Amino acid sequence: MKTTDIVRYALGSLNGARSRTALMLLAMSIGVASVLVLTSLGEAARRYVSGEFASLGTNLIIVLPGRTETAGSEPSMLIGDTPRALTLGDAQALLRSSLIQRVAPLNIGSAPVSYGGLERDIPIWGSTAELLEIRHWEMGLGRFLPKAEWDRASPVCVLGQKVRKELFGNQPVLGEWVRIGDRRFRVIGILESAGESLGVAVEDMVIVPVASIQRLFNTSSLFRILVEARSREAIPRVIEHITRTIRERHQGEEDITVITQDAVLATFDNILQALTLTVAGIAAISLGVAGILIMNVMLVAVAQRTTEIGLLKALGAPGQQIVNLFLAEAALLSLLGAGLGVVIGLAGNGLIGYFYPDLSMGTPLWAFAAAIGVALGTGLLFSLLPARRAAKLDPVQALARR
Amino acid sequence: MITLENIQRIFLVGDQKVHALRDINLHINAGEYLSIMGPSGSGKSTLLNLLGLLDRPDAGRYRLDGQDVTTLSDKQQARLRRERIGFVFQFFHLVPRLTAAQNIELPMMLAGQPVDERQLCVQQALKDMGITDRADHRPDQLSGGQRQRVAIARATVMQPGLLLADEPTGNLDRASGKDVVDILETLQRRGITLIIVTHDPALGERAQRRLHMVDGTIVNDTAKP
Repeated sequence: MKTTDIVRYALGSLNGARSRTALMLLAMSIGVASVLVLTSLGEAARRYVSGEFASLGTNLIIVLPGRTETAGSEPSMLIGDTPRALTLGDAQALLRSSLIQRVAPLNIGSAPVSYGGLERDIPIWGSTAELLEIRHWEMGLGRFLPKAEWDRASPVCVLGQKVRKELFGNQPVLGEWVRIGDRRFRVIGILESAGESLGVAVEDMVIVPVASIQRLFNTSSLFRILVEARSREAIPRVIEHITRTIRERHQGEEDITVITQDAVLATFDNILQALTLTVAGIAAISLGVAGILIMNVMLVAVAQRTTEIGLLKALGAPGQQIVNLFLAEAALLSLLGAGLGVVIGLAGNGLIGYFYPDLSMGTPLWAFAAAIGVALGTGLLFSLLPARRAAKLDPVQALARR
Repeated sequence: MITLENIQRIFLVGDQKVHALRDINLHINAGEYLSIMGPSGSGKSTLLNLLGLLDRPDAGRYRLDGQDVTTLSDKQQARLRRERIGFVFQFFHLVPRLTAAQNIELPMMLAGQPVDERQLCVQQALKDMGITDRADHRPDQLSGGQRQRVAIARATVMQPGLLLADEPTGNLDRASGKDVVDILETLQRRGITLIIVTHDPALGERAQRRLHMVDGTIVNDTAKP
C-alpha cells in the first residue's frame, strides 16, 4: 500500500468521525499547550532570577584574605587572623591583566559618625571610585568618590539615604562636613536607595576613600578585593590569574580565597532548572492522560469499525497493514493536536506576557521538540494496543455483523 | 482448481465442541458454477469462509491451484485473497464514507497499484456494472441493487479466478436480486469460478452443480450421483 494512500485513508476515517477526532485533538492540544506554557513559565522564572543577580554585578569575583572563608563576616570584622593580609599593593597588582575590567579594594569598619549634635555608629566602607560600577549602584545626589590615586586619603565621603535622613533630616547635605571617628570628611554625594543588595544595606553606610579608612583604623590590610572580569567566560582564567599574582606577591603562599558570584548564580540556576523540569513533568502527565484518552477513543473506533476491518482483511490486507492504518491515524491526530497545542500554548504565553510584562515568556526550543515528540510518542504508543486488536480481529466474526 | 481433503472445523461453544465441518472432501474445477445449500448451522458459510481463506481448518488440507494454502502465513494468505479471490456479501459491506468508485478502488489501493491504472480499472468496472453515473455517490445514496453491483465490481476488479458469494440476493428485492444473479452468471460464463451460498432454492437450482449440506457434511452433490 502506498504511503499517500495510507495518509489519505487515515484522513478519510478521521474526517468520517468528526466528533471523535475533535475530542482527541482537544485532549492532545491541551497536553501540548500545557507543556509549552509551564516550561515557559519555569524558564521565565529562571531568567528573572538570573536578571536580578546580574543587576547586583555580573562577572564579580571576590578575593578574601585567608585560605578558608571566614563565614558570617559582619562589617565590624577587620580580619587579621591570617598570616599575610591583602594590601592595596595586591589589589593594584591585579589590575595588570587585560581580562580584568575593574578592581575595587574594600575595607569595612564601624565608627561613630556625627553631625551637629547627632552621632551614630555606622558601617564605614573604604574603597575607590570603581566600587560604584562594580556593585551597579546609582548616585542619588552629588558624585561618588573621585578617581584619584588609591593611596590618597582625601577627606570626602558618600552617605546612604538612611544615614543622611538621620543626621541631616531635610537640610541640604552636599558640602557639609561630618566627623567620622577622629577625622572630618566633606559629604560629596548621596547613594540612591537600592534596598538590600546581596546582604548589604546600601541605605545604612558611609563610603570613604580606601586610604582614608586605613588611616582611620590604623591598618594597612584590606577586608576584600572586588574584581570584575571582562566577561563571564573569562572568569576561570581571571581566578587563575588572581591566585597566581597574589601567590607571587605572598612569597609562594596561597593564602587567599576566591569566590564568584557565578557560583551562587549556578546554584540558583540548577534549582530553577529542576523546577522547570518538575513543572514540565507535571505537564507531561497531562499528555499521558491525553494518550490514554486517545487509546480509549481508538478502542471505540476499532469496535465501531469492526466490519470495515473485517472487509479490509477479506479484500487482502494483512494484519500489519491494518496496524499501519491505525497508527497512521494516530500519528496524524498527534501531529495535528501538537500543531494546535503549539498555537494555543504560544497564545497562552503571549497572554501571560501581556499581563506580567516582568516575565519574559520565551519558550525554549527544547520544549517545542519535547512537546511534539511526546505527543507523537504517546499518540503512537497508546494506539498500538487498539491497532493490534484491530489486526487480530477475526474477519469471519467481523463480517458476520451487518 | 480447488481440492479439499478431510477438512475438519470445530468450534468451541462454551465448553462444548461443535463440529461445523466434518471430514469434507471436495474437488471444484476452474470455471464451475456451484451452489451450496442447507439449513442454518449446516456449515455452508463456514465452508465458504474456509474456501475464501478467512478461516483455517483444524485438520485436513486445502489446495488452491495446486498449492497447499493451509500452512501459509497471514501475509501470504492475505495476498491470495487479494489477487485470486473475490467476496460478495449479503450485507454488501461497503465502506460508508467512501464513494462507489473509491469502494471499488479499495483492493487495488491495498495492493499498492499506481493511481492512473486504478482509475482505468475502476472506470471499466463501473461501466461493466452499468453504474458509471453513480461513481461519486456514497453507499447510502445507492439502492440495494446498486450497492451489490458496487460490491461485485469491487470483488472482481483484481480479476480473481474465484468469486465467493454469501447470500448475494438475501437483502435485495426480487427484481434487483435477479439483476445481481444475471451479473454473477455473466461473470461465470466469462470464466470465473462462482460459488454461491444461499437459502433460496430458486437461486440454488440455477447452478450447474449443487451441494446440499446438513450438520457439517455434504449429503448431496449433483456431480457425484
